[in-house]
Amino acid sequence: MPFLIGEAMTGGYGAADILHDCTIAVDKGQIAVIVGPNGAGKSTAMKAVFGMLNLRKGRVVLDGTDITGLSPQDRVAQGMAFVPQTSNIFTSMTVEENLEMGAFLRRDDIRATIEQIYTLFPILKEKRRQAAGELSGGQRQQVAVGRALMTQPKLLMLDEPTAGVSPIVMDELFDRIIEVARTGISILMVEQNARQALEIADKGYVLVQGANRYTDTGEALLADPEVRRTFLGG
Amino acid sequence: MDFLNGLIALANYVLIPATSYGAQLALGALGVTLVYGILRFSNFAHGDTMAFGTMITILFTWLFQSWGISLGPLPTALLALPLGIIGTALFVLGTDRVVYRFYRRAKAAPVILVIVSMGVMFVMNGLTRFIIGTGEQNFADGSRFLITAGKFKMATGMEEGLAVRTTQVITVVTAVIVVALLFWFLNKTRTGKSMRAFSDNEDLALLSGINPERVVMVTWIIVAGLATIAGVLYGLDKSFKPFTYFQLLLPIFASAVVGGLGNPLGAIGGGFIVAYSEVAVTYAWKKVLGYWLPSALVPDGLAQLMGTDYKYAVSFVILIIVLLFKPTGLFKGKSV
Ligand SMILES: Nc1ncnc2c1ncn2[C@@H]1O[C@H](COP(=O)(O)OP(=O)(O)O)[C@@H](O)[C@H]1O
Ligand SMILES: [Mg+2]
Repeated sequence: MPFLIGEAMTGGYGAADILHDCTIAVDKGQIAVIVGPNGAGKSTAMKAVFGMLNLRKGRVVLDGTDITGLSPQDRVAQGMAFVPQTSNIFTSMTVEENLEMGAFLRRDDIRATIEQIYTLFPILKEKRRQAAGELSGGQRQQVAVGRALMTQPKLLMLDEPTAGVSPIVMDELFDRIIEVARTGISILMVEQNARQALEIADKGYVLVQGANRYTDTGEALLADPEVRRTFLGG
Repeated sequence: MDFLNGLIALANYVLIPATSYGAQLALGALGVTLVYGILRFSNFAHGDTMAFGTMITILFTWLFQSWGISLGPLPTALLALPLGIIGTALFVLGTDRVVYRFYRRAKAAPVILVIVSMGVMFVMNGLTRFIIGTGEQNFADGSRFLITAGKFKMATGMEEGLAVRTTQVITVVTAVIVVALLFWFLNKTRTGKSMRAFSDNEDLALLSGINPERVVMVTWIIVAGLATIAGVLYGLDKSFKPFTYFQLLLPIFASAVVGGLGNPLGAIGGGFIVAYSEVAVTYAWKKVLGYWLPSALVPDGLAQLMGTDYKYAVSFVILIIVLLFKPTGLFKGKSV
């Protein structure tokens, strides 16, 4: 049994289903990556796993417990954290306040966790008093990931964390994400940069039109000539 | 000497009254801007919330006066103010429970909430008039002046007198304390920060586990406090009349919009901009100019740009100019 599984998920925003029998899973301390063309339903699948979408069929199981009925807030309390694709920081608040808000549900001392985030992303310590909205794209994504990590989650969900950043910053972010996974946190990530993402993925999912098209280890997907030709540009 | 006399006249007729008026507008605009930033609609009931809070404060003031309780040189209303705030907070929370919450759950569009707030406005409007009447109430007691014009002339030997009313000083001092407390609350406390987070990005606030109903409740309590304080200060400084408070809605909204809706610092700046413009435009400058200009250049007329009856036009013009050229306000708020 994987640590998290969204099993046979079917549902959408209104009457029409976007997801069709879609299954996404990630093991403890591993990185699972969802790739696929634009509009394939990757973000929708993430929202479904996080409880932001009503599922018509299927279920979500976290660490052996069925959480299909829980609200997003309750899922945060259960150890899940989510960095949405857009508007994922409080732009008018300082970097440090963003981190504090991430820890809003915690009642214990959060200083140590903030220091851990600053060790992971040293630039954030430098900019701690600056409004997060004034930072560069890569730094904003670090704030977003940092905010999500403040609850000390067991599962971190990232929707296109490298959108709009330079290749160098992307490599840097991937390195940090691997570092986070090494501490035992499971990572479920959607990525546009499919090739680079699959390189660091233990498990890869190729979604097309809301359904699983290919599912394998990241390595195997990269080696599959069919996947390479249709989704990785040769 | 003439220059100094002109300065004193300017302070007496423009600077001091406009500063206390500006402080009252700023407190009112802070309430409007908080509702806009957090509940996401323009609250047309704000003027009547001020009237309602002032009414409760007046009723308690009368009660205290009948008991023979007073604050000496300070107005008794200051003693009744906390009770006025509590009463208004309860009323506003009740309104949220029976009216606004329904529309919030239905995720109603902001424009619908504006109309709803107009309904609330009419109800509060009627309630206030029903309880205290439509007439003017003067409830300021204590000593009227801190410095009288006569004493000032005697002490300085100046031709011009400078009068400072107790209520003007109370207004400014109270406003400074309230604003300092509000900013401390918003910037330093967990609850205050969660309100800013909610205002900034509602979805992310929910994802962070911030409880929206609690944010809304705290916001209403603060708004009730700000509205009552603003209303009582205005009433002490001028007088209380329900219709006047309804009219205050215009300069208050102008202040909030000029500063940038949703931005508390902007509401304060906007309040003073509107107040100074209004007083400057409606003041008859002849006296000050008489001191400052060579006698040949002194105008024959009053040198008054607009009669005081037209003072609301000033807010209106400022509002339109800002909306045309800088819809987000001078201090970077949300676009209207
Ligand atoms: N909030 C929404 N309401 C309705 N339809 C949506 C919404 N968000 C996305 N969709 C639709 O769902 C489909 C999948 O979108 P999305 O999950 O964002 O794709 P991806 O993240 O893979 O690019 C698209 O057809 C999109 O138009
Ligand atoms: Mg997406």
